[in-house]
Amino acid sequence: MSETKASEVTIVVDGREVRAPSGVSVAAAMWNAGVTTFRTSVSGERRAPLCGMGTCFECRVTIDDVAQRRACLVTVANGLRVSTRAES
Amino acid sequence: MAFGYRRGPSRDALTDYWSWVVTSASSRMACDVVVIGAGPAGIAAATRAAEAGRRVVVLDESPQVGGQIWRHRPGRVPSGPAARCIARLERSRAMVERGASVVDIVIDPSGNGCAVMAERAGAPLVVQGAALILATGARERFLPFPGWTLPGVIGVGAAQALHKTGMSFAGKRVVIAGSGPLLLPVAASLAADGARIALVAEQASGRDVMRFAAGLWRHPATLVQAARYRAAFMRTTYATGQWVTHARGDGRVQEVIITDGWTSRTMPCDILCAAFGLVPDTTLARLLGCVVNANGVVVDERQETSRLGVYCAGEPTGVGGMELSLVEGEIAGLSAAGRPDEARPLHARRASLRASAAAMARAFALRDELRSLATPDTIVCRCEDVPLGAVDRGWTTRQAKLYTRAGMGACQGRVCGAALEYLNGWPPDAVRVPAIPVRCSTLTSEGTERVPSATHGA
Repeated sequence: MSETKASEVTIVVDGREVRAPSGVSVAAAMWNAGVTTFRTSVSGERRAPLCGMGTCFECRVTIDDVAQRRACLVTVANGLRVSTRAES
Repeated sequence: MAFGYRRGPSRDALTDYWSWVVTSASSRMACDVVVIGAGPAGIAAATRAAEAGRRVVVLDESPQVGGQIWRHRPGRVPSGPAARCIARLERSRAMVERGASVVDIVIDPSGNGCAVMAERAGAPLVVQGAALILATGARERFLPFPGWTLPGVIGVGAAQALHKTGMSFAGKRVVIAGSGPLLLPVAASLAADGARIALVAEQASGRDVMRFAAGLWRHPATLVQAARYRAAFMRTTYATGQWVTHARGDGRVQEVIITDGWTSRTMPCDILCAAFGLVPDTTLARLLGCVVNANGVVVDERQETSRLGVYCAGEPTGVGGMELSLVEGEIAGLSAAGRPDEARPLHARRASLRASAAAMARAFALRDELRSLATPDTIVCRCEDVPLGAVDRGWTTRQAKLYTRAGMGACQGRVCGAALEYLNGWPPDAVRVPAIPVRCSTLTSEGTERVPSATHGA
């Protein structure tokens, strides 16, 4: 893993390293890195955060192998792994 | 069926389920007052109850206290009333459990309070309390229109929440189209981050908005706030009587169509914020069987619901804003601590703020045109991808669930429920446990032999 500043963390989104200031949500870190598809809906549509506060479940992703985590409610941590591809 | 008791429980089943809940979790706490929600109402309630000498535990889903309105950017320290209230909460010695989502609440069948079952970091947490205060806040009302499921279409409060948790809007072209007093402050904070706000479109008529603004002098704090937002906003168009009809784009929103009912225009954008006011979050109150009317959870003058020992404060009792939430929270906290008389001096302020909330609701009433934005192919339930055309207006919420799975997905109808209530006049269906999706391991936690059936009810 590449060098990370003290106030920054590195997370891994679908195998790609993404840097983010510590304290931000996983959803914010992903969006700022250009990720616009957080999950694929049951009919195959691309989806991304809608409510930003944990009610809509559109930002659900797999975090550290736990499926269906709401990216807007989880704070980034060094080495945290996100997958947008898991069945959800 | 442990969870089936709400539909005519035998006393034995209830007692069994109670003892299962209070002995199951490896992480258990007991206190006098449990508060659910750490926004202004929950903070005020917990503070007053703890200052009155009660042991208080507060549960909140977020990693931070403050709720949606007092959420602050990482590394920033909250200021003003938020800072004062949060500091006072900390001094009060109320315990705050962050990141805890409530799964179920069970009332002790022998009348000694309740047990709140939550999930935190994938593990169960059970908190028992003699009294319960629901301060679960509000959520945004989303209405379906063609393209509203595209990435980049978010809520208005959502933009604020995402921004405060670090999402960057710098250089983004943003259209804000919705309703309510939240539109301008959100536009102001995004603009301060470098967003290019192309338009703020309020669906309510200019006449209604002006009449509301003219009445604000009765509440000086609100007036100062409004003036500050307006000043920050001189450079942006605030259009009344206009609303969004379509969002379009390839894989994400790229343009929106805005109309005033006569003419339409297409505007390019990177982000569309579209939400139509707030709806009280009454999920847990309904789970407990508290009486809820069109306005929200029904409470008496002490903020107690129709269920003995269950209090409710803030937005769930009717959307009224932060100041009303604080007052209701204080009253609920004192009542739950057994000191309702000390809250009497607060009653007049509560009445005045409620009157102001009613005026606001009238000013920002939703126009009928918004009911016809969605076409038969527009998805209404985003979890199960159910198009509006698949549900029959003559059905009930329950029938829609059974026939089409609308409202059966991960969000449990939190988004489509409010939309279909508005579009089809459907009252909300009964709330079923678990209140949010949980890991099986939370339900089958240590020391538990019985696994409750997840298929009770309906």
